[in-house]
Amino acid sequence: MALLDSKIPEGPLAEKWKKHKDSLKLVSPANKKKLDIIMVGTGVAGAAAAASLGQMGYNVKVFCYQDSPRRAHSVAAQGGINATKNYRNDNDSDYRLFYDMIKGGDFRAREANVYRAAEVSNNIIDQLTAQGVPFAREYGGTLATRSFGGVQVSRTFYASGQTGQQVLLGSYSALKREIAKGTVTMYERRQMLEIVVKDGKARGIVCRNLVTGEMERYSAHAVVLATGGYGTIYFLSTLAVNSSGAAAYAAYKKGALFANPSFIQIHPSSIPQLNDYQSKLTLMSESLRNDGRVWVPKQKNDKRAPGDIPREERDYYLERRYPAFGNLVPRDIGARAAKERCDAGYGVGETGYAVYLDFEDAIKEQGEKAIRDKYGNLFDLYRKITGENPYKQPMKIYPAGHYTMGGLWVDYNLMTTVPGLFAIGEANFSDHGANRLGASSLMQGSGDGYFILPYTIGDYLADEIKNPRLPIDDPEFEKAEKEARERIDRLMNINGTTTPLAFHKELGKIMWNHGGMTRNEQGLKEGLKMVNEVEERFYKDLKISGSTGSMNQPLEKALRVAASFEISRLMLRDALNREESCGAHFREEYQTEDGEALRNDDEYMYVAAWEYAGDNKEPKLHKEPLNYKYVTVKQRSYK
Amino acid sequence: MKLILKIWRQASPKDEGGFQTYHLDDASQDMTFLELLDALNEKLIVEDQDPVAFEHDCREGICGSCAMMINGRPHGPGEETTTCQLNMKAFRDGDTIIVEPWRARAFPVIKDLVVDRSAFEKIMEAGGFVDVDVSAVPDANTYPVARRDAEEAFDAAECIGCGACVAACKNSSAMLFVAGKVSQYALLPQGQMEGLQRAWNMVAKMDELGFGSCTNTGACEAECPKGVSLAHIARLNRQFLKAGFKKVGEEKN
Repeated sequence: MALLDSKIPEGPLAEKWKKHKDSLKLVSPANKKKLDIIMVGTGVAGAAAAASLGQMGYNVKVFCYQDSPRRAHSVAAQGGINATKNYRNDNDSDYRLFYDMIKGGDFRAREANVYRAAEVSNNIIDQLTAQGVPFAREYGGTLATRSFGGVQVSRTFYASGQTGQQVLLGSYSALKREIAKGTVTMYERRQMLEIVVKDGKARGIVCRNLVTGEMERYSAHAVVLATGGYGTIYFLSTLAVNSSGAAAYAAYKKGALFANPSFIQIHPSSIPQLNDYQSKLTLMSESLRNDGRVWVPKQKNDKRAPGDIPREERDYYLERRYPAFGNLVPRDIGARAAKERCDAGYGVGETGYAVYLDFEDAIKEQGEKAIRDKYGNLFDLYRKITGENPYKQPMKIYPAGHYTMGGLWVDYNLMTTVPGLFAIGEANFSDHGANRLGASSLMQGSGDGYFILPYTIGDYLADEIKNPRLPIDDPEFEKAEKEARERIDRLMNINGTTTPLAFHKELGKIMWNHGGMTRNEQGLKEGLKMVNEVEERFYKDLKISGSTGSMNQPLEKALRVAASFEISRLMLRDALNREESCGAHFREEYQTEDGEALRNDDEYMYVAAWEYAGDNKEPKLHKEPLNYKYVTVKQRSYK
Repeated sequence: MKLILKIWRQASPKDEGGFQTYHLDDASQDMTFLELLDALNEKLIVEDQDPVAFEHDCREGICGSCAMMINGRPHGPGEETTTCQLNMKAFRDGDTIIVEPWRARAFPVIKDLVVDRSAFEKIMEAGGFVDVDVSAVPDANTYPVARRDAEEAFDAAECIGCGACVAACKNSSAMLFVAGKVSQYALLPQGQMEGLQRAWNMVAKMDELGFGSCTNTGACEAECPKGVSLAHIARLNRQFLKAGFKKVGEEKN
């Protein structure tokens, strides 16, 4: 199938990227000035890529919907960023990180991409440190590290529980430097609505100016989406409420394949939903499980206060089930184990859908100060939201939607199936397989942005130097803007009775119940029907007030929700197609005797990439087979 | 619980604007402040009225989007709390709550509670970065940083760029914002080379954009949702003073 050429270079695993870099075409400095690149999204990946490309001499135009690039949701990543520095002398290496990610992803990621992600990880830490990112330090002044789920070394660099904020501000400051130099132009408060494709190549975007309501056209030689994931299809998630997959969906409609949409990470430790008004869930970083112990009472419906339950009557179920990794099992396993205990009636809290994360032992052993130094801001955050003091009583946690491993299909050069359209960071599918390991999203976003895309995009752009800028009055721009306007008018003119937020909540509930932590054939089929039903009602009964000619936040929301219906369907279809359990995708029909994911490598060891076939038509499935030459494929075990 | 909300409504930057009163009868103490505004907006939309525009995104106190004066205080009552983290338990049945946008010459109102904070972006572009290219950098452990310096740099770097310091200041000064960046880099070996130039340029840009002067009242520190300390302003002042002695302002950029 020519369509899915992953362009993975030949040669030994550890030499692929190096050899590939040497073979990539270069663009001369004089020609770079003639080339425009559009970057949509300013998280860690987008800001890093824009800064790097600007520095190289390209003209970069950067877009974000917020009022500042510094607000992108990378800012909320808490725990850390991985690198194979081996500073702890615990025998870490690129291969080990690669292996941990391949295994953590349950053998559904590309070997070559994952190895490259591990390979560039050390450069990232050097780069961020040089940018003045205030990473945690040992007393001797060297960088501190900690452990994360699914690994047995200490390779996670961190800045308290706000690593994402600091890493993002690092790339944001690099971006600011380029803006000051004039190589990058920043366009804030823009919502991208259409990608313009001319002669089969991505050549621009149409976006709505969120202040004036005007449509704007921007032309370029390549378009890069760094627009994050689509986890808000669950409505309640750890994501920013305005994060959505709308940009990826726009790419999908223009011919970019959407890969593994059913691989959505449910993070095991979020503060549980407290009431029906809630608009989002707040994460409690996985790093807490370095010192916190997870447990539930051994007795069903035990209503005693946690402190009144003697030790021997507590079930430290992760330590019991997974003695080798204990509380630091990967996220999918930790999440399902919590659900299993709660479903069986052992959960705690008012609803019975929570488990304890207890620091009593750690505080006894290390003292309160040491725990405060490591997690102080997370403890404060928890206290602010719940009113309970985690230094005195255990946290209550429950899984929540967190990260999408699935995303736009890209080749080794991070280009989608539409030439000239690239996807980086969480927006692509490439590095995490069926489950992402902790502290590897900042790593992948930074790697894609600083060290991978800036090289690979040149290979494409080298052939574009003869093409002049596409004028923005080109018929393709006219057409794209017309389509965007029609979509907006359609939504504005329904004039029904139900708000975009209410529809989003309804969709989220369906997706959580039918496409959440565990799935089954019947539930997925029901879910599909229900999504269709809600979407139908959406186009009959949506209500947006205000006008299109000024700031209109409900309209922005409605455009995101409209895209979420289609992504939800894609996600359910993909889950239905994948008749196996792997990583975060857990089909109840396919599990081992002790409740672990049961893969079917013979039939499903492939990337499922979906092609848009037209409205109301079943998307077409393409398969990219996965080959494992450098690891032995086996059932994951953390026991 | 029943609440009376007096909210600043302003259709556009040129509109005069004014307070409008809304009665909410079914507010709950379980809501956050933004969820209360969500509930109000749901009603307004269904009644075909323009909903209250306000900025929000992460809703966990880290992106810095949300920004409003609540009963005369940036982000409302509560210590080190952003509006999105403000719990309605801070209010009582029957309360009247006054909600306004940030008020500062450098932050013009765009609509309702949304203000234009792009002046912060311009200050950042004047020097809020370490002047280093992507790539050719030494190993991260080459330059040790004392743990207390790293921690203090982190405290300075915690700023979320919300603008509460400016809104709290009677002079609408952005000193705490500028100090956060200048101090972070002044504490680390990586930011030394252009440190004085940075302090000089960022302060000059702040003045140029219409922010007021700092008179050390400390309102910014008291209202900062991240607790960024006034001590960073002292460090900025030292850097700025040194920059003055060295006549940094007369150097070419």
